[in-house]
Amino acid sequence: MLELRNVTYEADDASKEILRGVSLCIDDRLVAITGPNGSGKSTLAKIIAGILTPSGGQILLDGEDITSLSVTERAKRGVSFAFQQPVRFKGITVKDLISLATGKTATVSEACNYLAEVGLCARDYIDREVDASLSGGELKRIEIATVLARGTKLSVFDEPEAGIDLWSFQSLIGVFEKLRERTKGSIVVISHQERILNIASKIVLIKDGKVEKQGTRDEILPTLLGTKACRALAGE
Amino acid sequence: MDELEKMLLLQIADLHKVPDGAYNIRKNGEGDGRRCTEHIQIETKTDGKQGIDVKIAPNTVNESVHIPVVITKSDYKELVYNDFYVGENADVLIIAGCGIHNCGTETAEHSGVHTFHLGKGAKVRYVEKHYGSGDGNGANVMNPQTVIFLGEDARLEMETTQIKGIDSTVRTTEATLEKGASLVIREKLYTHGNQLAKTDFTVHLNGENSGADVVSRSVAAGESRQEFVSRINGNAPCHGHTECDAIIMENAKVTAVPELTAGCVDAELIHEAAIGKIAGEQLTKLMTLGLTEQEAEEQIIKGFLS
Repeated sequence: MLELRNVTYEADDASKEILRGVSLCIDDRLVAITGPNGSGKSTLAKIIAGILTPSGGQILLDGEDITSLSVTERAKRGVSFAFQQPVRFKGITVKDLISLATGKTATVSEACNYLAEVGLCARDYIDREVDASLSGGELKRIEIATVLARGTKLSVFDEPEAGIDLWSFQSLIGVFEKLRERTKGSIVVISHQERILNIASKIVLIKDGKVEKQGTRDEILPTLLGTKACRALAGE
Repeated sequence: MDELEKMLLLQIADLHKVPDGAYNIRKNGEGDGRRCTEHIQIETKTDGKQGIDVKIAPNTVNESVHIPVVITKSDYKELVYNDFYVGENADVLIIAGCGIHNCGTETAEHSGVHTFHLGKGAKVRYVEKHYGSGDGNGANVMNPQTVIFLGEDARLEMETTQIKGIDSTVRTTEATLEKGASLVIREKLYTHGNQLAKTDFTVHLNGENSGADVVSRSVAAGESRQEFVSRINGNAPCHGHTECDAIIMENAKVTAVPELTAGCVDAELIHEAAIGKIAGEQLTKLMTLGLTEQEAEEQIIKGFLS
């Protein structure tokens, strides 16, 4: 279980408070964090992974205070993070990256399984470099595959749907369902997409750096649909 | 051959045993084995210079030549000339390399001048590795010089790698291309400590539709210094591309100097150069997979130079 207690975050020059006291419990299987652009969702995801250090508050993983732990230490304790904009590497192949994610040299068939789950024909990708030769959509799916390969108790996906237009939404949802089945852990998805919110067990709405509301899908989703907040979500 | 010499051979030529095909092994300035084949002749120079002439008959295909050099002495210097004459339409692999293990306190230095003459339509893949080791304070110095003449429609692919242990190196390559000829160069370089590496490529694209692609990837760590100069002279309708991509760490210094000269309106020449530290987001991504910052750095460098 992940718990955030009154987490705050200010921009480097302290000019703007991006998170203004977020308290959350993530113990459900699939939690969707949603909200308008600039509301602080991605910042919150990065704080969970340890990429950003909060200005105040506490983060607890299964009761342990991990607020001061590094990215590496959190990863070792079972936190995975899929970047909104995946990173490119010259010379590192898809197979290398999946091997690093699994923590051992992945066999070709293991690596292929993860790639197949994200809808990539493994044979075509396994030896490709994770560099500028891959399209944004391909890169995004490989990013998701690295998180699947880790299979940790907490997986955080920062806007996984962005840039995967050639791949069906249904498949992405299938990926989350399989991962949830396999890890028995929690998945946090930062998303604007109604179809993703629709499979969440819990929805958290962040607005202006605060939790505006949270609850089960059935409680929250109807309040978002057709409202101004929802149109903001849809980018209208 | 003792264990040390075997280790050096493994590093520079991936050789576990005597290679297949033609070979000439040079150890501390002496011949240590040679094999010629029906199509590949290796002859000791008779003009007073140290070195060999390698003559590859026209139409020789799927054959290889290994010419490793191993030095295990301190206070030793040599200058060796190796000339390759590759007949028309031959298609061969040439593997050269020099390994120095210097336990002493004096300098061990190998300077090799390799000259390639490729006949019409000949193809060569040339792989060259340099490696140094030793626990003494003596410097390992290598100054490889490569001279390339590519006849009509000939093609040479050169892979040159220097990963470890060479304290000082000046690597000079000069190529002249005739009509339809092509040259591909891939350089990989890693320097650390107080090492110095200078690379100097010059390519003359003299023939119509000739082309060159010269790419260097390097990592400079510690207090090391690298200088990369790449000159392409387009004297005919041709294509030339040169790229230097360097990662800089700690207090290292890298200079990249691309120099393009077009002497023909249909010469298309491009240069790219990028020098920078490892991107922070690359480190972060690998750390989210559970690697420490140092492990992440090692993986990034390993991939970059692979």
